[in-house]
Amino acid sequence: MSAQASEVPAKRKKVAFLDREATSVTEAFLQRLLVGVHTFLSNGLAVAGLSIILLLIAVAAFAPWIATHDPNLQNLSMALKPPSSVNWFGTDEYGRDIFSRIVYGSRVTLYIVTLVTITVGPIGLIVGTVSGYYGGTVDMIVMRITDLFLAFPGLILTLTFVAILGPGLEQAVLAIALTGWPAIARLARAETMTIRSSDYIAAARLQGASSLRIIFGSIIPVCMSSVIVRLTLGMASVILTAAGLGFLGLGAQPPTPEWGAMTSAGREYMLDSWWLVTAPGVAIMVVSLAFNLFGDGLRDVLDPKSK
Amino acid sequence: MGRFFKRNKIKRAAQSLASVLVTLLLLVTLTFFLGQVMPVDVVSRLVGPDADQATYQATYERLGLDQPIIVQFGIYISRMLQGDFGTALLTGHQVLDDIVRVFPATIELGTLALLIGAGIGVPLGVLAAVQRNRPADHIIRVVTLLGHSVPIFWIGLMGLLLFYSYLGWVGGGGRVEIYYDGLVETRTGLLLVDSLLAGDTEVFWSAVRHIILPATVLGYASMASLCRLTRSFMIDQLSQEYVTAARVKGVSEWNVIWHHAFRNIRVQLLTVIALTYGSMLEGAVLIETIFAWPGFGQYLTNNLLLGDMNAIMVCVLLVGVIFITLNMLADLLYKIFDPRTVQ
Repeated sequence: MSAQASEVPAKRKKVAFLDREATSVTEAFLQRLLVGVHTFLSNGLAVAGLSIILLLIAVAAFAPWIATHDPNLQNLSMALKPPSSVNWFGTDEYGRDIFSRIVYGSRVTLYIVTLVTITVGPIGLIVGTVSGYYGGTVDMIVMRITDLFLAFPGLILTLTFVAILGPGLEQAVLAIALTGWPAIARLARAETMTIRSSDYIAAARLQGASSLRIIFGSIIPVCMSSVIVRLTLGMASVILTAAGLGFLGLGAQPPTPEWGAMTSAGREYMLDSWWLVTAPGVAIMVVSLAFNLFGDGLRDVLDPKSK
Repeated sequence: MGRFFKRNKIKRAAQSLASVLVTLLLLVTLTFFLGQVMPVDVVSRLVGPDADQATYQATYERLGLDQPIIVQFGIYISRMLQGDFGTALLTGHQVLDDIVRVFPATIELGTLALLIGAGIGVPLGVLAAVQRNRPADHIIRVVTLLGHSVPIFWIGLMGLLLFYSYLGWVGGGGRVEIYYDGLVETRTGLLLVDSLLAGDTEVFWSAVRHIILPATVLGYASMASLCRLTRSFMIDQLSQEYVTAARVKGVSEWNVIWHHAFRNIRVQLLTVIALTYGSMLEGAVLIETIFAWPGFGQYLTNNLLLGDMNAIMVCVLLVGVIFITLNMLADLLYKIFDPRTVQ
C-alpha cells in the first residue's frame, strides 16, 4: 500500500481522474487499476520481463510463420553446420534447423507453464483456504501432508513422480503440478488464517452465508493477489524444472523440440559444435529471467507488503 | 518455577520429536505406496525374462507379493527397522551400502559448493544492503537474478566448454584424472582429504582441478539465494535505532556494519545456510550427470533411468530424512544462539 500511496501524489496533479473521490465501485476499481499500472510501468525491469513474455506468446502463436525451416525435417548433408544466413543458429546432428526448433520449443514451454499453473493454482487455493477456514482436524491432516511434500527439494520429488508415471511431456507436467500445489496451499492457508476472524467475515456469517459461500465469495478473492504473485514467480522455476527433466531424458521425448532435451542431445557434439547447446540454454534462461522480473514487478503492485 | 520451566522444556522437546517421528512415518508410508503403484514388474527383473512359471511364482512368493498390501507394508517396515533396505538391480549390492559408498563424493562437492556460495553470497548481500539502490546494489541484483533464472545444467556445460575445452584450466569429468583413480587409500571417502592424508599432492591437485568447476557452478545457485536473503536481513537491521545510535556515537561505518548489524543476523543466516546445504542435493542430480561425478545424484539418476523402484524409494527416503534433520538442526541453532526464542 505504502509504495502506491507515495506514488500517487506526484501523478495526481496531472491525472484528474485519480484526483477524484470514487463515487462508484467501478470508478474505485478503475482508479486502483490505474495506480497499479503506473506502479508497474515505473519498474523498467518488470516491463522488460512482460515484453519478453508477450514476445514468447507471439512466437508460439505464429511459430509456422516465424520458423525458417520445418523443425523436425532431417537433412543429414546439412548436419552440424555452424550459424549462417540460412541456418541462423546452426543445425543439429540430424541437420535440423536449431532456430526453427527453438521457435517451436516456445510452444512446449508455454504448454508446460500454462498447464502447471492452471492446475496448481486452483487446487492449492481451494485446499489452503478450506484448511485454514475450518481449522481443527482437517487443517492438521492437510498441513501434515504439505509438510511431507515440502520436506523434499522440488526436483527430487518431481523425479520420483516421473519415475512412477514414466517419461513424457504430459507425465512431466503432472509430476511438476503434484509437487507444486503444497506451497500454494500453505500460502493460501496463512492468508485465510489472518482474515478468518475479521469483522467482515463475521458479518457475512451473521447474514447467514454458508461456509462455501464465505470461502468462495469472501476469502478466495482476498487471497488471490498473493497467490497470483507466487504463481508467476513459480513459473520461472517450473520452466527450469521442466528443462531439467528434459535434460535428464525424463521429460519431453524426441523429436519434440523441447529446450532442455535439445541441450542434452547437443552435449555429445558440444566440444566441436558449441551452438548446439548454447542457443537452447540461452532461450531457457531468457524466458525464466522474464518470468522472474515480471513476478517481482507484479508483487510490488499486488502484494506490496510482502516485499 | 525452575522445575516448571524444565518440565515445559522436556514437553516441548517431546512434542517436536513426536512430530518428526510422525513425518518420518508418513514418509515411509508414502515411499512404500509410491513403490506399489510403480509400473515395474520386480519379479521378472529379478528372475529374467526366460525364467519358467515355477521360478517366477517362487520368487513372487519369496518377496511376499502374494500377501495382502497391509501385510507387505508390515514386512517393509520391520525389514527397514532391521536395517535391510533391499538390493539395487543396478549394482547387485545392498542399496544402503551403495549409498554409503557414493555419498562422500556428494558431500565433498556440496560442502565446497556451500563454502563458495556462502563465502561470496553473504559479503555480496551485505554490500548490496549497505549500497542499497545504488549502482553496486543493481549490479548484484542482476547477478543474483541470473542465478535464479539460469538452468544449472547449462552453466555446467558452458563452464566445461570454456574452462575445460578452450582454456584447459580445469579437469573434465570424474573426480580425478583417470590414471590416478584408486591410487589413494579410501579413509574418509573425501578425496581431497584422503589424498592429503596419504601425502599424495599430485592426486590432491588433480582432485582440486576436477572439483573446482562443478562446485562453483553448484555454489552459484546457492550464492544467489543467500545473497538475496542476506541483503533483506541486513536492510532490516540497518534501519533499526541501535544502528543510528551507534553512528551518532561516532562508531566507524565498518564497525557498525560488521560488529553491530551483522552480529544480529548471524543466527538467521546460519539457519538459512543449513537449509541451503540440503538443497544442494537437488542441484547435485543435474551437476553430477554432467560432470560424471560418481555421487548420490548420479546414483539416483541411474536408478531412475533403470526404473529400480526399491533403490529410488530408499534414495528418496534418505533425502527426506536429511531434509527433516537439517530443518530440526536449524531450529535447534535458533534456540541455542538466539536467547529471545527461549521464553
